[in-house]
Amino acid sequence: MNIFKSLKRNKVAMVGFGILFLLVIIAIFGPYLYDGSPWKMVQRPFLPPFQDSKFPLGTDTLGRDVLAGLIHGARISLLVGLISTAIALLIGIPLGAYAGYYGGWVDEVLMRFTEIFQTVPSFALAVVLVAIFEPTVYSITGAIAIVSWPPVARLVRGEFLSLRSQEYVLAAKLNGQTNRNIILKEILPNSLSPIIVLASLMVASAILLESSLSFLGLGDPEIMSWGYMIGAAKTVLRQAWWLSFIPGVAIAVTVLSLNLLGEGLNEALNPKLSGNREN
Amino acid sequence: MSVQTLLYIGGRLVKGAVVLLVIAVFNFFLIRAAPGDPAKVLAGEAGATDEIFLQQLRDQFGLDEPLYYQLWVYVSNLMQFDMGMSYRQQMPVFDLIMERMPATLLLTGTAFLLSILLGVAAGVIAAAYHRKIWDSVITVAALIFYATPLFWLAMMASLFFSVYLEWLPSFGMQSVGEDLTGWQKITDIAMHLILPATTLGLFFTAVYARMTRTSMIETSRLDFVKTAKAKGMKPSRVTTHHVLRNALLPVVTLAGLQAGQLIGGAVLTETVFAWPGIGRLMFEALFQRDYNLLLGVFFISSALVVLFNLITDVIYLIVDPRIELSK
Repeated sequence: MNIFKSLKRNKVAMVGFGILFLLVIIAIFGPYLYDGSPWKMVQRPFLPPFQDSKFPLGTDTLGRDVLAGLIHGARISLLVGLISTAIALLIGIPLGAYAGYYGGWVDEVLMRFTEIFQTVPSFALAVVLVAIFEPTVYSITGAIAIVSWPPVARLVRGEFLSLRSQEYVLAAKLNGQTNRNIILKEILPNSLSPIIVLASLMVASAILLESSLSFLGLGDPEIMSWGYMIGAAKTVLRQAWWLSFIPGVAIAVTVLSLNLLGEGLNEALNPKLSGNREN
Repeated sequence: MSVQTLLYIGGRLVKGAVVLLVIAVFNFFLIRAAPGDPAKVLAGEAGATDEIFLQQLRDQFGLDEPLYYQLWVYVSNLMQFDMGMSYRQQMPVFDLIMERMPATLLLTGTAFLLSILLGVAAGVIAAAYHRKIWDSVITVAALIFYATPLFWLAMMASLFFSVYLEWLPSFGMQSVGEDLTGWQKITDIAMHLILPATTLGLFFTAVYARMTRTSMIETSRLDFVKTAKAKGMKPSRVTTHHVLRNALLPVVTLAGLQAGQLIGGAVLTETVFAWPGIGRLMFEALFQRDYNLLLGVFFISSALVVLFNLITDVIYLIVDPRIELSK
């Protein structure tokens, strides 16, 4: 596979990939290997890190194990990031494909619709959606998907617009293939690489968005997350700065590794294009 | 101004109005989609037990009438910026928002200017020292700021600059209890503004730095730059007059996208720094489950973005007359 070869040559992208791989392992197996609930009081509150070998990262304001919180938080961050991106792709790809393939009034209507979503301040929209539908892991994932699909639709539309007049598409049309077939089997596979790049960057922004929501108190009350940990430690910043510092580093490292991987993929898949997250 | 220009601006106005109309309809259905009685949703948790108040809300929003009539009442009220009362604060929602508006405009406006100035400057420096140490430092810093959560960065900045170094205030917009006037008041507000505005703008500073760097490097390879160098022009003048001018175009196009991000980010920054703007108001509304206020802030912040986009469109038209008027 060419992609893997050129990705392997890109050291920075491989670092991103390595960190991400580690995080996925932690997210999947961590909660089983590291015994301990992130909610249970296990020690005195405000235990600083590196003091008690049983709780290497110390305890929070209520005496809960910080390391257990980090491990459980990795799971929810990655899960919300991946699933919300998948949903955003499921909304954005068909919309963009129809707009780009059919053009004309279909394009006009779908793109006006997309533009409205792009104008609305996305974080404020996510806040409103999660608040009104009660914060659960489902409403959070859904809200993030709803605010993240417009760039996908625009990207896919652009790809379809430029590919629909290619000779192989015209040949397929002359062959009498249905529009559905042409869209799914002829054009879509050829526009996959920029979609993959965008998706990896979208997972990163979704993780940032999830952490911002739970920081504001809009996290699922049943699930420990990094943003919640920072939000809960906000009032004790002066006394115990490490309680907000540690989960923040976890978020930054995760997002950074996804960005590095995304850029590496971009260089591997579209050597001519320079990376641009905004589209 | 030509007829074409006026038509263009008129078209943009219509478009903006349509966006606001759609958001108004969206808000309306959101209240009905929420679990429970819409009057209770509007009242928020605190007002939900007060039957007289609930009836008042039902009358005001026509909740006992058919749905299409309710929609009409809601949307036409909203279009006149009548958003009803906030039960918790005992004030009209619109007045509450307008009271907080200047603080948010000051914060987001400063963050916007700072991010463009710092970002473009960093990008120009990185491009000038391409593949040297300053280029790496700026590129790595931009990558890191691009990946850090805004609210966390704000907290760490206040920890370092306010708690540890004690250089800057970390709380509010003005010093409490000191009745300052004139210049003293302005410097006081400016000191309070530095941390929130810088942290709010930092994400876009990183974006601008990376874009400016790439586009400077690309532009400096073009023929007209070679010509300018060949005819003996000073390198610094080539950079500012030839390369930068052309490299800035993609940066300018991005500026319009920033408005929505800044308004959304203001919710987080204002929460961390207790900045008395509409973002903080949104957080208070969340905290008190005052949904009518929450939706009001959402509507007004969308209106701000529409307005900002309109202004940038008109500015482009003046700066770059090549822009397609038909579009």
